[in-house]
Parts: sequence; structure tokens; C-alpha cells
Amino acid sequence: MPVDKTTVAKIARLARIYISDERQQVLATELNGILSWVDELNEVNTDNVEPLASVTGHSLPMREDVVTDGDRIDEVLANVPETTSGFFVVPKVVE
Amino acid sequence: MTSNLVSGVSGEWEVVIGLEVHAQVSSNAKLFSGASATFGANPNQNVSLVDAAMPGMLPVVNHECVRQAVRTGLGLNAEINLISVFDRKNYFYADLPQGYQISQFKQPIVGEGKLRIDLPDGSSRDIGIERLHLEQDAGKSMHDQHPSKSYIDLNRTGVALMEIVSRPDMRSSIEAAAYVRKLRSILRYLGTCDGNMEEGSLRADVNVSVRRPGQALGIRTETKNLNSLRFIQQAIDFEVARQIEILEDGGEIDQETRLFDTTTGTTRAMRSKEDAHDYRYFPDPDLLPLVISQKEVDELEMGLPELPDQIKDRLTADYGLSAYDAAVIIEERETALFYEAASEGYDRKLVANWMTVELFGALNKSGQTLSKCKVLPEQLGSLVGLISDGTISGKIAKDVFAVMFETGSDAASIVKEKGLKQVSDSGAIEALIDTVIAAHESEVAEYRAGKEKLFGFFVGQVMKQSGGQANPGMVNQILRTRLDK
Amino acid sequence: MLDILELGAVEARAALDSGEISAVELASAYVAAAEETAGLNNYVALTADHALEMAAASDARIAKGEAGLLEGVPIGVKDLFCTAGYISTACSNILTGFIPTYESTVTANLWREGGVMLGKLNCDEFAMGSANETSAYGPAINPWQAADGADLVPGGSSGGSASAVAARSALLATGTDTGGSIRQPAAFCGVVGLKPTYGRCSRWGIVAFASSLDQAGPFSRNVADNALMMQAMAGFDPKDSTSADVPLQDLSAAVTLGVKGMKIGIPSEYVLDGMDPEVVKIWQQGQDWLRAAGAELVDISLPHTKYALPAYYIIAPAEASSNLARYDGVRYGKRVESESLDEMYALTRAEGFGEEVQRRIMIGTYVLSAGYYDAYYLKAQRVRRLIRNDFDTAFETVDAILTPATPSAAFPIGRKVDDPVTNFLNDVFTVPANLAGLPGMAVPAGMNGDGLPLGLQLLARPYDEATLYAAGQVLEDAAGFTANPIRRAGGVQ
Repeated sequence: MPVDKTTVAKIARLARIYISDERQQVLATELNGILSWVDELNEVNTDNVEPLASVTGHSLPMREDVVTDGDRIDEVLANVPETTSGFFVVPKVVE
Repeated sequence: MTSNLVSGVSGEWEVVIGLEVHAQVSSNAKLFSGASATFGANPNQNVSLVDAAMPGMLPVVNHECVRQAVRTGLGLNAEINLISVFDRKNYFYADLPQGYQISQFKQPIVGEGKLRIDLPDGSSRDIGIERLHLEQDAGKSMHDQHPSKSYIDLNRTGVALMEIVSRPDMRSSIEAAAYVRKLRSILRYLGTCDGNMEEGSLRADVNVSVRRPGQALGIRTETKNLNSLRFIQQAIDFEVARQIEILEDGGEIDQETRLFDTTTGTTRAMRSKEDAHDYRYFPDPDLLPLVISQKEVDELEMGLPELPDQIKDRLTADYGLSAYDAAVIIEERETALFYEAASEGYDRKLVANWMTVELFGALNKSGQTLSKCKVLPEQLGSLVGLISDGTISGKIAKDVFAVMFETGSDAASIVKEKGLKQVSDSGAIEALIDTVIAAHESEVAEYRAGKEKLFGFFVGQVMKQSGGQANPGMVNQILRTRLDK
Repeated sequence: MLDILELGAVEARAALDSGEISAVELASAYVAAAEETAGLNNYVALTADHALEMAAASDARIAKGEAGLLEGVPIGVKDLFCTAGYISTACSNILTGFIPTYESTVTANLWREGGVMLGKLNCDEFAMGSANETSAYGPAINPWQAADGADLVPGGSSGGSASAVAARSALLATGTDTGGSIRQPAAFCGVVGLKPTYGRCSRWGIVAFASSLDQAGPFSRNVADNALMMQAMAGFDPKDSTSADVPLQDLSAAVTLGVKGMKIGIPSEYVLDGMDPEVVKIWQQGQDWLRAAGAELVDISLPHTKYALPAYYIIAPAEASSNLARYDGVRYGKRVESESLDEMYALTRAEGFGEEVQRRIMIGTYVLSAGYYDAYYLKAQRVRRLIRNDFDTAFETVDAILTPATPSAAFPIGRKVDDPVTNFLNDVFTVPANLAGLPGMAVPAGMNGDGLPLGLQLLARPYDEATLYAAGQVLEDAAGFTANPIRRAGGVQ
């Protein structure tokens, strides 16, 4: 069992999702099921095979260095849960 | 090279420093959006829907930012990677709207290079550059506006940064400061970053560790976001002292990220550090490999300006300037250009001397910058020319310079207007000398009796009589023949 | 009386141009149909007023002789597409109330060509699912019914789209396909669905699931309609760095080309142990139809096929875990208030994301985390290359590949599945095309013994959608399939 409850808690913390104690156990079981299934991939010899991250076969297009956007505070804040003086507002962060 | 070892209670320690410098790329628009990269707009004004990470928004890379990174790489004598990859660095923070920063991890656009630093004793040495990569800046959080809230401004979100990572090659805070000074200088020559540390266009993370000479590397700490040379030196010096004290007390250094307190000059551990190091990098699937052609790299290389090291070598080898003067002159491109223009056709060394002492002194004193200064390069050059051809003495020249600095007038017209032209007429000088000898009979007798150091007294008296305008060389020469006869 | 809802899109265009019907009439009929079939829960927002306004504008353009390709054609939009001024939630609670100020490139292309927006269609939350059962709006229902009268899933993730097109509550619909999310529901609902070549349709303005796999595509009741819609929605978009600047073929013309002389591959690896015999039978039937129409059938091998699903279930969640990080309650959507930022994130995301989305974010986070990246993510990307290579080799010999679209017909809603992996198996035939970036089409081919539709899948070389339309039309003609589900508008509700 590569994934135990502690691992689930750690992953949940990384993913910023609160997961209740009971569900951590359920998820551990599910994740183990999925991971042992994907372990099938180890049957495949991938020595000297380059990873394929993008199928398009072309290279990255680039934009010219021209200001074409911005100045749309109303749109940026159109759906905001909390705002003051044009800022987004979140609970205080202590560094 | 002088020893950089630091003495502790129990013996000597070697300091090992590596720097990660974040330099804001000079560009009109952001790295992946069309919003302006300008500093100082209203909150969230320079923000596109891409920067705000609205659902379904996608990045498109700014070609000029890529070119700027290549130029910088070339300026650092570095390997340019024709294929590089943008990765996502995943972490949650209020001013990181996407929940990841687009950066380059395994395949940066620029690989190994080197940077020559100029030390205060006039010596130079090379510091290795490990890599340079492009990445997005984060937004700005303000924690002091409200008792229980933080305010977020995304204007800087997505502005292009170059992260320039050095090898752990530096051995003192002085070397670290010299590195940043030189890097800043090169960036400004290239025009790839304005180097403005106060506005945060250039900031450094310092990695510091200590070890016994010859031993393996110690555990390092990283102090983040230092935005002045002074803070960089303070933070390093504090860390060195702190680490040595811990180690000498038998303790261990925690590998951690620390923050610098600018008011106390000390560092402290960041509170939130758990999972800080699991960034889950992977290639950004919204982007494709960044491919640049050798042809484009060659064209960018052709377009590079002469860089400080090249100019410095020329100034010392061809013009005979001291390493120190040359280093001072080349730090800013503007200064180097001023110097080149001012010294053209004049005594190069003397112009350097006048520039570094008189001109910089006056600028410092008045708080002006070279670009706002009234003295034009040709004016400084012709002032030095007047000294060289004996029209005025060095002492008079200082007075002329003071007027020139105030008014921006030419040296020749100041000299003419104020009648400061040097007296080189031997008859007139002889007449002055006769007056002085007549007035100081007893001193003449003492001199002739062997008190030779009185010679200077007579020179001073003659110069005084002439209102400083007598040619000092001629005064010396004639005075000597008259007194010694 | 002309049953306006029975007109295909090509037919409706002709009737509109001839003045036989008006766009407002057509839109009104579809709005009424959507209301009539509301029990299928395939719409999450019906934008009736907007539809009628757009239709009136279409009538004006038709009158001036300025009709676009889709002028006056009513279209439903999967809720994954951002539509300016209209709620766009990816059927997730975390985007509750989100109204974008911008229009996705694909929908903008449709409206530019005169399409009329009917509303937003149900789908799996963030397109993660194969049955439309993970939607925050509850499941969409398949207009086809089980023999015992049980409600069936429409497939997913574009379940609402397939259901609405089959039920005559949309003439056409957009979908997105990351691992089969267009082709599988099309097969389950007896309609035509195309997943274009990766890069054909812009992803700009579509809520991202897995960026390297996501592609938007059209749903329709027949192949020719599908070609018409694809012609309008596809195209190079400089706002999407992965968009392909490759000219689109004349797809409507392709529909008439036939398959004479075409070489069609039959991959031996798509025969699964214990596969539904009716699926095997329809696949065989499809081969016979193509051969009869002049195609040459070729046995081919795609040796890494069985590894496509596990590779997909690493790559897609990995990308999703990162793509969904932006839903944090700071700038839009749901927020659960808290004293601390980190707790606000964790509670917002716990309440905002459903179980399946959470599960996939967890897998994705795990496989990218320190120490596991090489073993899982990189390994999967290497296998992905082998899968692509398999197809490249096959396409040296053949022009298209024929496979079943799904391993079974539609299954009942709420079917109890203990193991998440069992659900993933729905995508077994569709996922390889996403990993390889190939175009794929699901075409209804017949019924099983329970009277439920079964589909076939055609795959072709990158950017060769034309071949799919040519072969798809041959299958459609031969199958003579009539999409008449019982719970369509005008049918039993």
C-alpha cells in the first residue's frame, strides 16, 4: 500500500483540499487501487523513449511586444467575492 | 587575492555564497499576456484576464522577452539553448492567481556562463553562472492595510523575470555585492533590465553556508528578496555570523528560507515552510517547446553593444587607466559613453582623473545624475585640454570646473571672462619674483644658508602674488635660477 | 405539417434560405422542445430570450443575403465553454454564479457564422466523468430508455450535449473531448460526435481539464450536419499557443467522397476479453459496410493500446491538478470564508469540488509530487509516445481505422460501482486518440437487443478530418440509423 492516510493528508494539504479523517481512509484505498492499476505501465520497456508532452509537432508561436490588454478592472473584478479599492481581498497572510 | 576566511572562536571558516538574481525584463508587455509591464499603475489596472487566471485563459509568449533573455545570455558569455521548455511550478499563494508560476526548470533558455567581478582592490575574478531562465513575476500582497485582511494587486503578475543563478563561487559579502553590481551593470548596458533595485526590478536571493576550509559544503540557508547592495551585504554578514555561532556551539544549520528585516539588519526563518519545496514541476501543457534559431541568436549577438569588460580592457590596455578608474567609469554605460566622448582627442588618463574625482565629486555633492548634469563631455575634455597645453593650471582648472558645473559654460569662455589665463610671460614672472625676493630678505638668506625647504614658501608667495595665474612650471624654473645665483 | 424539429442543420439552412421557415420560428421550436424535455436535465441554463434575439438578427441577415454558414441554426453549448454574460460553471459548485465577460473562441466562431445560442448544457463536473453523473446540477438523462423503463446515462462528459441533440432540444451542440467525452456520449445517445485533431479548435475560453488532451468538437444528428458545424467552429487562433495553423479541408465536400480505394485498418488489440458480443457484431457489420462500399480492410496492430488508459489516468489528472489550482475563492466563484488564507483555500475547494474532481486532483498531485514524477508522469509520457508511434506506423499503411466507440451501450443512472477503475474502462476505445492527438468520430451504427444505440469509431491521420467525414457518411448511409429515442421532444416525457 504505497498510499496511507498520512500520505493522503499530505497530498490534500499540497492540493489545498480539506479532507475529513474518515474520507482520508477511503481515498487512500481508492488511490491505491488506481495506482496499482496504472502500475501496468511498468510492463512497457520505455528505455530510450523520449517523453511526449505535446502532440502538435510545431514550436511555440510568439506574440509581438505590444500592449494590447489590461485597463479592464471592471472585468477583472466582475466576479470577485470580496474587493476594496480595486484590490482583491483575502484573509490576512502572515509570512 | 587576500584571504576571505572568517575567524570564529574555534578557528577559521570559509563562507560560500551563491546568488539567484531576479531581473525584470525590459519589455512593453508581460511575458504571456498583452497587459502593460509598467510599474506604478492603479491596483489591478495592468491586468488582463490571462493574468487574473480567469477560466479558459491561455498564455502566449512575448517574443521580445525571449530576445532579451538571449541577449542577456550572450552578455554573460553563456550557452544559449535553442530549445527550452516552460514548466509549471505549482504552489498556492494569494498573489499567484493560476496556482502555478510558469517558469523553466529542466531546460532553461540559457545555460552555463560566467561573470567577471571587479573587487575594490582592483583585482578581478570570474564567477560561474549556472543558468538563466524566464519566468513570471507574482503579484503584490499588502498586509498592512487592514487588521485581518490582505489586499492583492496583480499588476506585476506575469511580468517577465530572468532568474540568473550563480555558482556558489563567492566567498564574501563584498564579492557578492561586486557580483550584483557587475550583473546590474551588464543588464543595463544590454538594455535587458533597468536594474532599478528600489522599484524591485532587480532583487536577489542569497544562499549562504559556511565550512571549515577544504571541507565539504555546509548546509545553506536562502534569504529572499533583497533589493539593495547594502541589504545583500548585511544579510550575508548576519547569516555568516549566525551560522558560525550555531556551529561553534555544536548546533546544526536548518536548510530553510529566511526573510531579511531591513530595519534591524537581521534575518529570520519564514513561518510557513512546510511543503514549500514540493513544487510539482511539469511541462506547461498550454505551451510548446520554445525553439529559437541559431540565425536569430547570431543576429542578436551582432546587435549587442560593447560591454563593460571589453571597455575596461580597452581603457586599461590602450588608454593606460588604472583598473580602479576604469572600473568606476564603466559601471554605467552612460558614464562610459561620457568618458569616451570627453577623452577623445585629450589626455585620456587626465580626463579619467577629472571625471572620477571632480565630476563625480560634484555630482555626489549636489545629488545630481550625469544625465541631468550641465557639463557636456566635450566641455570636460576641452577643460583638460587647457591644462595640458598650459593655458591654465590644475588649480585654476578646479575653479573653472566649479563655474562650468554651475552654468554649463565652456572652459575657454570662463577663462577669458574671468581673466584666468595662466601667465607664462617670463618677464612678468621675473617681475613678480623680484617683488617677492625683495619683501623676504631674511628668508632668502636662510634659504641660501641651506634651508632648502623654504623653496616651496617662495613658490607659494609668487603664485599668491599672481592671483594663481602664474605658470607654476615657469615660476619654479625662474625662481630656482634667481635664488641659487 | 412540417416537423421543424426533424430538419437536420443542412436541411434547416436550406429551409431558412428559401424562406420556408424563419430563424425565430426554428429557435422558438427548440426553446419549446427544451422546455418540454426539461425532465432530461440536459440544459443547465436555457437562454430563451437571447436565442430569440439572435434568431431575429439571423432573419435580418438572411433577408439581406448575408447568411453565415450556420445562420439561424439553434445550438446548445456545453457548460465548459465560457459565454459572455451567461453563466458558465463547468457544472461545478466552485464556479457557482460565474458569469464570464468573454466569449470562447469556438462559440464566438459559431455566432460569427450565424449560430443561435439556446443555452448551456449539462456535463460532468470539469468534464471529469463518463456518465454525466458528477455534475453539480445532477445527472443529465439519456432520451433512450432501458427496456425496463430505467433512466440511462447519456455518457459523459458531454452528456447534456448528446442528450439534447438526440432529444431534439438542440439541433447542434458543442462538446469537449479529453478522453472520449464527445465520442462516448454520442455513441450512447445515437448521434454523431467528432473529436477533431488536437489543435484544430481553439481551447481559448474553454474551462481547462487536461490541456494537452482537451479538444472541442461538434455534435449533430447526422454526418453532414457535423461537417457543417465543424467547418464553422474550427480554425487557427493566435490566443491558443497549441492551436494549429493548418488549413481546414472542405468538410462538407468530403461527406460525398465515399471510401472507394480507401484502406481501413482493423486493430486486433481492440478485441477485448469478454467484450459484449453485440458490440463485436456491430463492429463486424461496419467492416462489411465499408468493404461493400469499396474500401480495403487491413488488419493492423496497435501494440500499446492496453496501456493507453493507465497512461491517460496519470497524465490527465496531473494536468488537471494544476489547471484547477486557480479555483481558490479569491477572484471568482465560490468562497468559504475563514480566518486564514490556507484554510479558506482548503474549505472552498472541499465544498466547491465534487468527489470525482477531488479524487483526480489528489491522483494528479500525487503523481507529480517529489519522488514520484519520474515513475508515474514521465513514464506515462514515454508510453504516450509509443502509442503515438503505433498510430504513425499504422497510418503508413491505412487511411483510417475502424473500432467500436464504446465497450457497451448506455447503462442505468446510479449503477453502483465500487472501484473507480471500472468507470474509467468506458473510455478504453476513445482514449488512445486523445493521447496521440488524432481526430476521431463516433457514428451511430445500429441497435443492441435492448433497442439501445451502438456506435462505431473512425480514426484518421492528424488534420485529416475529411477522411472521417467521407467514411462516416458511408457508415451512416449503410446503417440507415434513425435517431428516434422515446423521450425526444414530441415523444414520451
